[in-house]
Amino acid sequence: MSQDSSHYFVPEPSPFPIIGSVALFFLGLGAAFTMNKIEPGYWMVAIGFAILFYMIFIWFRQVSLESESGKYNKTVDVSFRWGMSWFILSEVMFFAAFFGALFYMRVFSLPWLADAEHSLLWPGFEAIWPTAGPGIADTFTQMGAWGLPAINTALLLASGVTCTFAHHAIRENRREALKMWLLATIALGVLFLGLQCYEYVHAYRDLDLKLTSGAYGSTFFMLTGFHGFHVTVGVIMLTVIYFRCASGHFTAENHFGFEGVAWYWHFVDVVWLALFVFVYLL
Amino acid sequence: MAAVHGDVHGHGHGDHHPTGIMRWVMTTNHKDIGTMYLWFALSMFFVGGTLAMGIRAELYQPGIQILEPELFNQFTTLHGLIMVFGAVMPAFVGFANWQVPMMIGAPDMAFARMNNWSFWLLPVAASFLIISFFVPGGAAAGGWTFYPPLSVQGGLGVDLMIFAVHILGASSIMGAINIITTILNMRAPGMTLMKMPMFVWTWLITAYLLVLVMPVLAGTVTMLLTDRHFGTSFFNAAGGGDPVLFQHIFWFFGHPEVYIMILPAFGIVSEIIPTFARKRLFGYSSMVYATASIALLSCFVWAHHMFTVGMPVVGQLFFMYMTMLIAVPTGVKVFNWTATMWQGSMTFETPMLFSIGFIFLFVIGGFSGVICAIVPIDIQVQETYYVIAHFHYVLVSGSLFALFAGAYYWIPKWTGRMYNETLGKWHFWLSMFFFNLTFFVQHFLGLAGMPRRIPDYALQFADFNMVSSIGAFGFGLTQILFVYIMVSCVRSGEPAPEKPWEGATTLEWTHLPTPAPYHSFETPPVIK
Repeated sequence: MSQDSSHYFVPEPSPFPIIGSVALFFLGLGAAFTMNKIEPGYWMVAIGFAILFYMIFIWFRQVSLESESGKYNKTVDVSFRWGMSWFILSEVMFFAAFFGALFYMRVFSLPWLADAEHSLLWPGFEAIWPTAGPGIADTFTQMGAWGLPAINTALLLASGVTCTFAHHAIRENRREALKMWLLATIALGVLFLGLQCYEYVHAYRDLDLKLTSGAYGSTFFMLTGFHGFHVTVGVIMLTVIYFRCASGHFTAENHFGFEGVAWYWHFVDVVWLALFVFVYLL
Repeated sequence: MAAVHGDVHGHGHGDHHPTGIMRWVMTTNHKDIGTMYLWFALSMFFVGGTLAMGIRAELYQPGIQILEPELFNQFTTLHGLIMVFGAVMPAFVGFANWQVPMMIGAPDMAFARMNNWSFWLLPVAASFLIISFFVPGGAAAGGWTFYPPLSVQGGLGVDLMIFAVHILGASSIMGAINIITTILNMRAPGMTLMKMPMFVWTWLITAYLLVLVMPVLAGTVTMLLTDRHFGTSFFNAAGGGDPVLFQHIFWFFGHPEVYIMILPAFGIVSEIIPTFARKRLFGYSSMVYATASIALLSCFVWAHHMFTVGMPVVGQLFFMYMTMLIAVPTGVKVFNWTATMWQGSMTFETPMLFSIGFIFLFVIGGFSGVICAIVPIDIQVQETYYVIAHFHYVLVSGSLFALFAGAYYWIPKWTGRMYNETLGKWHFWLSMFFFNLTFFVQHFLGLAGMPRRIPDYALQFADFNMVSSIGAFGFGLTQILFVYIMVSCVRSGEPAPEKPWEGATTLEWTHLPTPAPYHSFETPPVIK
């Protein structure tokens, strides 16, 4: 199929989708087996991840090559922009589910569990956040906001700034500055993740705060955990963009690969701010 | 088979397209992917239908006949999940794949490879659901809404269901992003938003709802998974959580989901009625605004599914009034369809029959919905067969009838062949008769107090249940006729005329030959 720049790029038949589906088949079945202590589960999860990473690698490699060989015209570029925007909206809604759970517990279920009607069921239970709930005897210390989390907030905000500097550099074709600011963004992201790991160790070892510590433990670890996962994905994407920049990809006018990752990075930033306020501060 | 074979080779574009099975596995063509979606949906419709036949066979007489209660629960659960996620949603996405690019003058979907991935995730998820019947403990048995604490208790089958829902969600989100991007970015020059066909409008709004609520479902099942295996307390009151929290998050997804399954049906009917009434769609812009209002309102009505779990009266009133408000834009649509037919030069081919059947029966389902929205009545009919009757009137005679209508309407364009009109009419009238036989009596059963999801019932319900079961078997058998009509149309139908429906005005009829070529609109048409 000849593709000149006036036509919308429609790719050739591709093996990537079916490879991805095979990966998710192994991953889903393997995870279900593993959680039910059925032996080959671990192997299936490992195989699934291996195939998935292979698929992601060859798929994005192909997209980069197509982009660099000039197959994507202006309309394709706009498609990528719409696609990324809606993807980020879907991510916002994913986090909204967990924030919704946090608000519901604090505003509704906790006061209800401590009201007069429930005093027969849970005598002496008081609605004080943080709580492990009336039926879980764990005692733990709450994660303070002004230690590590405050430092992490500063790190992520700074990484948003360095990411913007990198964006300015790419638009003004200052490639060395671009690489430097990208590296700085990656470094801040990795540092954030390191501190987040340290915080988890601190929570388990010193504060007795666990995933099983009732409402507080569940929401704390699930919200920060999913955020940390997204930061990890963001760092990987930034690293890929760094190597693409280092091998001369992107131009001052045409660099949506970079911009899409920058959008994602800012989104992860904003989620963290919400986390800092609602999980750590309040 | 010779004809189909020749057809494949007829598209020699001189490029190295794989043939045989690999053509379908590796395809990036929106028509191929649409076809796969439709066949997949049809096979899942029969899997889910078989489960329904099992349920109705058990309920044919009081007492336990053929299904043990545990297996009966698995049947009702998987019937719901497979019909919603495996049959109705993929079928509409199949229509979107075929029709949206052709109706807006685009060469293909915006992300052609991702489009194929959206499809190929479905068989993976479906295999999880089917495998779950054969694992120790059996399939999920807590109802298709998988409320905790029941769903926290089940075994491996529940985990397989959770991962199936994750994968189906990923598929839907990718499909929705693809459709939105295609519609927003790839319309032919001159086709402004307010010139788009109604089917495209309804899918734009549906895709928006999908992006909004599918991630919430993913979050819910993730919480369920961690509650089951990793000791979190989201839905555990002893840990400060609440099982009712699950219901809130689930229905925040679940109610918009209902509109995800009906808005594209509105779109299909809005294409067919003007064609066979040979008039323009009455009140086009009010149709667009009504669709958008329904989508917006649908995000604020979720708690009407849970009036009986206990909530403040203010909450009940809010959700009751919001729910009743949805009847206003829906009424606008019904009146617009009726006004389109008013003084039209009407003919009654099969697509039109199914569309009129749709309006007639969907209105019944809509009204029983308003009845269920009234809190004092809902408290009476919650979890009874009245609710079953209500949502089958909107999902079977609503969504499914519109799907049939769309299939008959567009199959000449897709294959270049006509279906057998006589058999099509038989399919409609038999479906109409048996559908009402099955589900109308369930209103009476529900009002008399027969609970849903129970394999046995008191003796006074016996007669109506027998009637309902006979209707269900008839309805199931009738659908085999549909498969016969479609397969014989594809294989050996009469060649279709260039424009089989003289009243059709959308691009796929006016600007493309019949059958539509493998690659359409490589150069966009200009819309005046």
